Formats: sequence, C-alpha cells, structure tokens
Amino acid sequence: MSAVVSDIRPALIEGNKTYHQITEDICSPTEQLPDKNWFILILFTLGLFGFGAVSMFVTVYWGIGSWYLNKTVGWGWDITNFVWWVGIGHAGTLISAILLLFRQKWRTGVNRAAEAMTIFAVICAGIFPIIHMGRVWMAFFIFPYPNTRGPLWVNFNSPLLWDVFAISTYFTVSLLFWYTGLVPDFATIRDRATGFRKKIYNFLSFGWTGSAKHWQRWEAMALVLAGLSTPLVLSVHTIVSFDFATSVIPGWHTTIFPPYFVAGAIFSGFAMVQTLMILTSIAIPQLKNYITLQHIESMNKVIVLTGSIVGVAYLTELFIAWYSGYIYEQFAFYNRALGPYWWAYFAMMTCNVVSPQFFWVKSLRRNVLVTFILSIVVNIGMWFERFVIIVTSLHRDFLPSSWAYYSPSWVEVGDYIFTFGLFGTLYLIFMRVAPVVAIAEVKSILKTSGNQYVNANKEHAKTHQEEAAH
Amino acid sequence: MRTLNKTVLYGLYLDEEILLDAVREIREEGNEIWDVFTPFPVHGLDPVLGLKESRLHIAGFVYGLFGTCTAFGFMTWVFTRDWPIIFGGKPYFSAPSFVPITFEFTVLMAAVGMVITFYLVCGLGPGITNPYLDPRITDDRFCIAFDVTGKSKDEVEALRALLNKTSADETNIKDI
Repeated sequence: MSAVVSDIRPALIEGNKTYHQITEDICSPTEQLPDKNWFILILFTLGLFGFGAVSMFVTVYWGIGSWYLNKTVGWGWDITNFVWWVGIGHAGTLISAILLLFRQKWRTGVNRAAEAMTIFAVICAGIFPIIHMGRVWMAFFIFPYPNTRGPLWVNFNSPLLWDVFAISTYFTVSLLFWYTGLVPDFATIRDRATGFRKKIYNFLSFGWTGSAKHWQRWEAMALVLAGLSTPLVLSVHTIVSFDFATSVIPGWHTTIFPPYFVAGAIFSGFAMVQTLMILTSIAIPQLKNYITLQHIESMNKVIVLTGSIVGVAYLTELFIAWYSGYIYEQFAFYNRALGPYWWAYFAMMTCNVVSPQFFWVKSLRRNVLVTFILSIVVNIGMWFERFVIIVTSLHRDFLPSSWAYYSPSWVEVGDYIFTFGLFGTLYLIFMRVAPVVAIAEVKSILKTSGNQYVNANKEHAKTHQEEAAH
Repeated sequence: MRTLNKTVLYGLYLDEEILLDAVREIREEGNEIWDVFTPFPVHGLDPVLGLKESRLHIAGFVYGLFGTCTAFGFMTWVFTRDWPIIFGGKPYFSAPSFVPITFEFTVLMAAVGMVITFYLVCGLGPGITNPYLDPRITDDRFCIAFDVTGKSKDEVEALRALLNKTSADETNIKDI
C-alpha cells in the first residue's frame, strides 16, 4: 500500500468498507421505496407548505399591510427570515470550498448534503425580499435590463442592489458546484439502474464515463470553483450586512457588521448541518459509517469558534456604543438590552454565546444528543439575533412620538412556515433521489482515512517504535 | 447514443495501486493507451498516463476578466454617460461602490463560463449518452482501454497478454 496514512489522524470511514460497499450503502436509499416515516414527514412538510401557501396568497393579494408592520418598524420577520436563511446557506459552500482548499478530508462525508442545504436555504431566503416588494410581479425591476423608461437603470450604488447580485451569483455558483459534483455519482446510480430509472439517471449524469482526462478537468474545475467560492461566500454575508451597515440607523451603522455577520452565518449554517446530518443518519442508518463522531466533533469545533466570535462581537458593540459618546447609539444599545424587547436580546445572548460554550468539553462535543439539541438552540438564537438587530434598532427611532411596538400577524408567521415546508420537502426529496454522500469523493479518501487502513498503520507504527526502542 | 466506431480492448483492475503499476508498465513497453476509466479521481494517474495539465483554469481567468471589465465598464457608462444621477452628493464616477457588483459579476462569469467549457470539451451534457465499456467502472473497477480498430488478431492478443500480465482481473473486446 503506497497511500500516505497519517497515524495521528482518526479514521473517517468506519466499518472496513470496500469501494463496492460504499456504492451499495449510498446508492441503496435511492433504489427502494421510502419507508412509512418518510411519507409521514413529507406529509408534514407539505402541510406546512400548504398553510404557508395560504399566507403567501394573503400577503400577495392584500399586500404587506397584512403583516402588521408599521411606519416605524418597516422591516420585521420577513427580513429577519431572509438574513437567517442566507446565513444558514453559508455552511454548504464553506464545507465544500474552504475545506477543499484546506485539504480537510472530513469534508467529503458531509459536503453533498450541506451543499444541498445551501441551495434550498438560499431559495427560501430569496423569497422574502421578493414578497417584501409587495408587487411581486414587478420583481424583475431589480435587474438592469434595457427598458422603455429611458432606459432608466437600477441604482448600482445601493447595497440592496449589491444584494441582488450577491445572492443570485451565490445561488448560481453553488448550484453549478453542487451539480458538477453530483454528475459522477448520478453515473454510478445510472449504471446500477434499469428501465425508466436508468433513463432518468442517464439524463442527469450527462453521459459521464469516468475517463481519466475528464476526472483531471473535473478536479481542476473543482479547485478553481472552490477558489472562487471562498471569497464569494464571505462576500455574500458581508453584502447582506451592508444592507444595515451603510444606513444611518443607530445600532446598524457599524463597521463591525461584515465579519460579525459572516461568523454568525457560519455558526448557524454549521448548526443546521448538524441538525440535518443527525436526522439523515437516523433515517439512513448506514450513513453512520460515513458521518462519524469525528465529523460531528469537527463541526462542533467550528461552532464553538464562530459562536465565540459572535459573542465577542456583541460585547464589542456594547463597548463601542458606550465609548463613542454618541447618545443615540448609546440609547439604541441600552434599549436593545433593557427595552421592551429585552426578552429577544436575552434569548440571543443565551442561545448564541452561552450554549455553544458546552462544546469546549470533548465528551459533549462527541455526544450526538447534546449536539442535536444545541444545534437547534443555536439556530433559534441566530434567528433572535437578526430579529434583535432589525426590530430593536427600528422600533424607537429619533422621534419619540413615532415609537412603536411590533408583533407579527399570523400571515407573516405563515410566510416563515412556508419556507420551512419548502425547505423540508426539498430536502426529503433530495434524500431519496440523489446520493446524500459524495460517493466518488469518499472513495478517493478510503485508502487514507478508512478505519482498516488507519488502524493497521497505527499498529504498524507502534511495533516500529517498539523495535526502535530495543 | 453516440458511437465512436471503435473496437476497444479493455482490462479491468481491482485496485488503483495495481492500475497505476499497470499503466506505468504498459507505457514503458511503448504501447499507446486509448483511455483509462476510474470510479473516482486517482491521484498520480495523470503523470503516469502522460496527460498534460488541464488549461481550464486559464479559460476561467479569461471569463473572470471579461466579467470584471463588463461590470465595471457598464456601471461607469451608465452613471457617467447614459443617465448620470447624483446619489448622496457623491461623484458620478463613484468607483468604490462599483466594487461589490464588479466582484460578484467576475465570479459569476468565471464560474458559469468554466462549467460550460468543461462540459463542452468533455463532450458531456444533458441528454448526452456516451458509450461506456462496463457498468462496474463507476462502482469499483479500474479500466485500461486500447483502441484496436483494424488491428490484427496477433496484435490484439499481444495486448491482451500484456493486460493479463499486469494483473487485470478480466479482459474484453467491445465495439463502441
């Protein structure tokens, strides 16, 4: 065996897998009818989707007045949900691109599902700014196309337009990156399928043959796409934060926003990956050999790091508000922590800053139940973070006579539920029709990270040391 | 289904290490390999097989440069020539605020252009069915293929013997 196996790196593939077993394990869920639980789940997510569709209809038919937004609080749950979903969407590209550049092998176990999650999350995110426009049928006005009004162009100086470009570029590039990775794996399913399924997967696999030259180009392209996606993923949440930071609202107008938002996005994205991967490996038990405790621990390390960065950002904001000597900024932060929305601030602080600190303990980091619960807590906290930033900064503005309190209507809550239904349904379908783990990529790390190779090498190293000692 | 009008002799190997040795040995004896097919990218295969480095990244750079120039040039044209408007008392040509869109468009053009180029040069795409030698190649078999169109029986048997000598698990001839 000539592959280089590190004797300090733990195994990433368990169960003495051969190449053929990897194919079997990952293709088999796409080849049989889903079980009863899957149907119950998809009925549930379709139910959410259906309820949400009603509130979407109300939103579009009666307009966004049905949300109980008011003159003071012009952005409520909608933009909160938008930022939250975009943030969740960051983990997929981070895993597939940044970890590819850093040559992190554990990425291969989770990148496929994480990228699928990214794409679905960005779809959910994109819905909110569009319905917030009110007249959704005019959404194409945001694109700079030659029009009969002059042509009158869009404002290229506006961060809201930067957002249009950032989100649509991010969605397109993630989709291309994801699909190009899927092509060889669809070919694997195609070559096992018969009849009508073979036709479908034949179409999806683009005629892939596995030629050496194709693999070479495929890898070259993956590397460049990763290199492009890395600054892209950081730019997307930076630009989302510009929506706030370039305004003059106290509480929004801060230069700390870009790094703080990016860290928060990675934080919530990894939490969502944990939630989904744990649920997916309960549904498909053989995945536990590919998404091991090692993967869960690695992601928890990212969560504790980014959670702490977010915590430092919260404290920095408070300190700078005081240090600035600017009374409106000071009031914004006093009001944020102790004003009528104190409970949201408290929820944010507890869920985002306190809860991830449990992951400093190794045994908790490697505990699936603790990870699952905390991953949900983190995403609740990150939702509250966006709510706190948006609503508490707006509801008491410069003019005390305009001060207002805002609670959402059922319609606005329903629009949020709509995206849950959409996200859940898309993910459940993805789980049954596509390989949830990147088959080819996992095979390519088997010789260096399979447990039979890693452990054999460890024993070998041990005997070698003993011989040297004698 | 596309056809290549070729007769192909191929051998299937069980492991990428054996494949690498086989490719090395076959090429050292001066034989021309038509193609090698593997279920995943085998590192170290390109130099052994004598494949030149892919120039896809150069294409990506050119597409990216096109994106940069288009986006920056277009915004400059709109705000200085076509329809100048003052935003927040800033100059018409406010270059720093063109940076985000220029960057995003660069990435978009580079990525989209490169992906389309990749599929075109590889002859892959939606609805395309390329002929393939063995369905197990996308599972766990590593394949070395020779183009034996119009070759004599002796030549074919010599190549088959070579495949067997380099520990091929099985050999076959197929018209594709």
